[in-house]
Amino acid sequence: MFIQQLINGLMLGSTYSLVAIGYALIFGVLGLLHFAHGEVLMVGAFMGLYIILWTGLPLYIALPLTMVVTGILGMIIQFLAIRPLKKNFHLAPLLSTIGVTIILQNLAVKIFGGYGTRFPDTIAMDNIMLGPYMVSSVKLIIMGISLLLMVIFYLIIKKTKLGKAMRALAESHLTAGFLGVNVERTVFLTFGIASALAGAAGVMIGVSYSAISPFIGLTFALKGLVVMLLGGMGNVVGAMIGGLILGVAEVLSITLLPTEVNLQDIFSFGIMIIILIFKPTGLFGSKQN
Amino acid sequence: MLSIKDVSAGYGKSLAVHDVSLEVKKGEVVVLLGANGAGKSTILRTISGAIKPAKGQIFFDGQQITGKKPHEIVQRGVIHVQEGRGILSRMTVRENLEMGAFLRSDSEGINCDLERVFKKFPRLQERLGQSAGTLSGGEQQMLAIGRGIMANPKLLILDEPSLGLSPAFVEFIFESIREFREKDHYTILLVEQNANQALEVADRGYVLQTGRLVMEGTGQDLLCNVDLQQAYLGGGCTT
Repeated sequence: MFIQQLINGLMLGSTYSLVAIGYALIFGVLGLLHFAHGEVLMVGAFMGLYIILWTGLPLYIALPLTMVVTGILGMIIQFLAIRPLKKNFHLAPLLSTIGVTIILQNLAVKIFGGYGTRFPDTIAMDNIMLGPYMVSSVKLIIMGISLLLMVIFYLIIKKTKLGKAMRALAESHLTAGFLGVNVERTVFLTFGIASALAGAAGVMIGVSYSAISPFIGLTFALKGLVVMLLGGMGNVVGAMIGGLILGVAEVLSITLLPTEVNLQDIFSFGIMIIILIFKPTGLFGSKQN
Repeated sequence: MLSIKDVSAGYGKSLAVHDVSLEVKKGEVVVLLGANGAGKSTILRTISGAIKPAKGQIFFDGQQITGKKPHEIVQRGVIHVQEGRGILSRMTVRENLEMGAFLRSDSEGINCDLERVFKKFPRLQERLGQSAGTLSGGEQQMLAIGRGIMANPKLLILDEPSLGLSPAFVEFIFESIREFREKDHYTILLVEQNANQALEVADRGYVLQTGRLVMEGTGQDLLCNVDLQQAYLGGGCTT
């Protein structure tokens, strides 16, 4: 029973991690809260859904396709709503991305309707016996893919030139430029990568919840924010671990305190406030900005 | 090699330098002197593309580089070692050095330059895996200069390399610059507060006062210039 809940928690948490990595990456590189990040996830969920519905492509093709689409969406948002802003007005990017949030949400309502849409059963729903524990294969697959994406992302950050350029930017745009980093292009690609991960999280959430609506963005945007605070602002590794912690904590809170009320969210946002009060740098240290 | 013609530049609408023209020839060490706020760093940042000049032109190797982006200027071989060192403190010493060679792909040349850096600054080799933020001020300065070398610079711009260092380290840094000039034949544009020491290693110097060039000459000339010494260098002629 406990192991089963643990796996449920890790699955949920790994999707939180994917969202929070994007937040942390963008916050780290630009010192900016990308409020529309949750809507990119929502678009990803719908993209994944419709690619599967219309083309019948399997998940392992629909997922990377969705990531490409949301990656491009993220870069478009950066290009249209963030890059042209004056640098000396700090509220501008936050307000601008809130604007993008509302635009994307309303477009989604217009296109997909305001009600929930069901995700088709793309993955065989067999349950797998792990020793004495029954675990749904969907959840295992989602967890596996999420963890795999995190490993790939981590390697990109640690080993590739692009990753090193992003880490240099996170410390100082001026220094990065003097070292030969193309600052504008790297910021642009940062949005692409962050948004691709959000899109992946969207597909995974769609598959595991089996119903999505244009309003899921805000929930996950806020959860991603909680996770980033938990892991430390701008700390991508903190975001990965923080997501898993929050996922497990939420699932355990439901199991241990079963009530009619949605304790899960009270619990997460309670954590957020406690972190803000007692450990504003998060569990794993935050980027000073 | 580098020539600046009538450049005026600054932050926003207020100009910090006015109509500055200066030149650095291949193989020269040129020092730019001036009090705090005279506009030295502004000139350097304008050369390396962090500030767009309000007026004037900058040429490097005969090509116009005015208004180009910093990474495009790095591409041409102008490497700016920032004041305050600009160390990437959360990256390791090795990663910092690798970032110096960010635009290079000649792995043989990169390895060769890495060896060169280790030879000059053996301390860095001992600390390769350490995160750069844990280095002492002097070690960070070595790292900053070493990172500049990793870029295989045609022109190395050093902004106040001796700032905030202990006297022994200051001596060491000037010794390194002398070596760059005599052994490695680097072309260097140097900004320094330590005017006397800087003039001793420099071929030529310019003096900047509240954003305008007021004097220029060879290192020896400036070192022996009575006005300059009285105005603010406070040292004396050694010959």
